[in-house]
Amino acid sequence: MADTKEMKKVLFGPVLDNNPIALQVLGICSALAITTKLETALVMSLALTSVVAFSNLFISMIRNHIPSSVRIIIQMTIIASLVIVVDQILKAFSYQIAKELSVFVGLIITNCIVMGRAEAYAMKSPPFMSFLDGIGNGLGYSFILIVIGTIKELAGFGTILGFEILPLIQNGGWYQGNGLLILPFSSFFLIGGMIWFIRTIRPEQVEPKE
Amino acid sequence: MSAKKETLGRTVGIVLAVCLVCSIVVSSAAVGLRSLQEKNAELDKQTNIVEAAGLKEIAKGDIAGTYDKYIEQRFVDLATGEFVEAPSEDYNMYKAAKDKDYNERVENTAVGFQTKPKVASVYLVKNDAGETTRIVLPVHGAGLWDLMYGFLAVDADGNTVRELVYYQHKETPGLGGEIQNPSWKAKWDGKQLYKDGEVAIAVTKGAKEGNDYQVDALSGATLTSNGVQNTLAFWAGREGYAKFLSMQNWKS
Repeated sequence: MADTKEMKKVLFGPVLDNNPIALQVLGICSALAITTKLETALVMSLALTSVVAFSNLFISMIRNHIPSSVRIIIQMTIIASLVIVVDQILKAFSYQIAKELSVFVGLIITNCIVMGRAEAYAMKSPPFMSFLDGIGNGLGYSFILIVIGTIKELAGFGTILGFEILPLIQNGGWYQGNGLLILPFSSFFLIGGMIWFIRTIRPEQVEPKE
Repeated sequence: MSAKKETLGRTVGIVLAVCLVCSIVVSSAAVGLRSLQEKNAELDKQTNIVEAAGLKEIAKGDIAGTYDKYIEQRFVDLATGEFVEAPSEDYNMYKAAKDKDYNERVENTAVGFQTKPKVASVYLVKNDAGETTRIVLPVHGAGLWDLMYGFLAVDADGNTVRELVYYQHKETPGLGGEIQNPSWKAKWDGKQLYKDGEVAIAVTKGAKEGNDYQVDALSGATLTSNGVQNTLAFWAGREGYAKFLSMQNWKS
């Protein structure tokens, strides 16, 4: 069993030091699409974190039995099943948000973070550590999504989680919502900005010049 | 990964085992949660109808109860404008629009779909005395990105608009998505659909204050506004509910 220090590294490392979006640049597509409102970003983070954590756990549990010739297919099967279960649960307990997230929950299957962690970590590590690694990477993903979701919702709609912070002109206030930041592609700028910020405080992440 | 594991039988066996376990998990989740999901979907629809009926404040969160008490679903033959029996059990007009047994082609229109159902489901809003006070009509039509689905609520005179509630659309948030903005929705209250028997309602730029036939278009969302215009022109017109609204069968 690994010691506490190792566990901490696996769990919190992906938030800043080895962030799946900012450093590994995985899972960008969903980060672009569903960060318009903080609420959807939160639910998406939760869904992805649970899928990564449990897919890592299950894959790690049977890693010694998976024949390497079909390992990708087996990983996909497990991930896909988990995603369907998450989607069903969302539809049952939070219909409104499930409607807004629509296709993106299903697309967690193709989210590179999940496959990436299964292949890179869970296939080689014991179940508990793999589970922690899943949670850690989920946290890293959530961190970026929450920051971007907050910025976009505040700048675009003047609200945070639906509460009015900056009253919009449309509703009789003074704030003109920023239309650019509502559109999905504006996340490119924001993610770019965050990568810049993280690499400024962690210069070792900067890639060497070719 | 030793070569020993790579026998054909073993590989097939593990694949089958994984598939079996996964399929059990997935199907039990789907079956176990189905009733909850259906309840949610139904509630979501009822919420929108109750909002269009103007009963949201009376409902105070009890959507299903209010719906059962005040709202009655009826079926209308669009060609004759008469009430008819439900064409089938669990009739859904949007599914029927794609079913050749129940649909009809639509031509020369900008509304954005090619077939419409012959029979539409409408919702009559009753007051405590049992009189019809509003009629909630399902409408849909193309917006900028995709079809927009909504409910149009008119008074018992079949002419005065009370609400236009969109519940499903893919318009750009902040621009076309403003069709769900409460202050824009409020502009529909009191507008008139028909003038001398012709559809007169228009979504236009710079609508005049006090003009009962014009609603101000959304700024930055010309194509969405045009979509709303086309949707209403179609559904209020002869292809849509015009017959039904002029006959006013709900009064008898």
